[in-house]
Amino acid sequence: MSFITQIFTLAVFAIFVNNFVLSKFLGLCPYIGVSKKIDSAVGMGMAVIFVMTMASTFTWLIQEYLLVPNHLEYLQTIAFILTIASLVQLVEMVIQKTAPSLYKALGVFLPLITTNCAVLGVSILNIQENYNFLGAILNGLFSGLGFTLVLVLMAGLRERLEKSEVPEAMKGMPIAFVIAGCMALAFLGFSGLNF
Amino acid sequence: MNLWKEFTKGFIKENPVFIMALGLCPTLAVTSSVENAIGMGLAATFVLTCSNIIISLVKDLIPSKIRIPCFIVVIASFVTIVDLVMNAYTPEIHKSLGLFIPLIVVNCIILGRAEAFASKNKVLPSILDGLGMGLGFTLALVVIGSIREVLGAGQWLGMNVMPMAYIKSPMLVAILAPGAFIIMGLLMGLIKLVNKGK
Repeated sequence: MSFITQIFTLAVFAIFVNNFVLSKFLGLCPYIGVSKKIDSAVGMGMAVIFVMTMASTFTWLIQEYLLVPNHLEYLQTIAFILTIASLVQLVEMVIQKTAPSLYKALGVFLPLITTNCAVLGVSILNIQENYNFLGAILNGLFSGLGFTLVLVLMAGLRERLEKSEVPEAMKGMPIAFVIAGCMALAFLGFSGLNF
Repeated sequence: MNLWKEFTKGFIKENPVFIMALGLCPTLAVTSSVENAIGMGLAATFVLTCSNIIISLVKDLIPSKIRIPCFIVVIASFVTIVDLVMNAYTPEIHKSLGLFIPLIVVNCIILGRAEAFASKNKVLPSILDGLGMGLGFTLALVVIGSIREVLGAGQWLGMNVMPMAYIKSPMLVAILAPGAFIIMGLLMGLIKLVNKGK
């Protein structure tokens, strides 16, 4: 398989087939919590793509050059979550200094991302699946894209839903879950894809 | 009976999953069978109780600006302990829960209780709060897990509970990802309806 085909396969699988939200149940809190308006969904999505790519890069390096040579693999969880927490803090400070307008758009979402399990999830999965360095970075990027895609789709659906008649008890979170279920059903169709 | 109240509030009144909608990722991911639901619930209860104890003990030593990273380190340590213990004694459950054991670290219930309760209260109420919330979480997982396993496989904890004809062609969607979302949504709607009627 040529290099381009490999990247393409990785992208399709990370975005559609093994979508983080709909098939792996990672990052549900922001998916349900920040999907009421398209604007904020796009902002959150961008922040997540950015942090997931960065986190994949750094956690892979830490695993390969710090934990494995010293036989400290059992410290993986602690090392990764600390890396992610400090990374988010760092990214927040750098963006605030260098790009104030971007900071205004992403600012509120950045602290939330530390506890987004999609970020820790992708870091651990990269190690479990034995990706190489480039593979880990691309997997982080594409998984983030997949997350953003379903987040924005969901926000679009929920904006429409505001105007429709929903039974009183199902308003808000319950109906959001049922819709997410229908979306997951649609995405289940992608699992038939073969390369 | 104030202490008793701290213990029982997590079961129904402030149930972390159904009422407060916290910790949704593990709730949907591990409830495809009752066995996994119990394993996950007890692991989270252990981490929640232990981290509540430690945090309520050291709360006066931690400067408030860096309290969140400190809480996360405490929680991550206990998660590592659970991870290693489960790998040693219940390897099958460990394998089927997989990724979601290390992900207990980012479960919002645990950090939420540390921030909202353990960092403000003494040790004994914190223990009861942790135990109560943890058991409430377990209860919610078992309820969802039971519905999904009975509908999706015709079994409960591995025992056949539906007629043979149903088990041969069950409602498979209930144990797949879409079923998790839909059942969760319907359950939340039902609970909202019941609470309103009171």
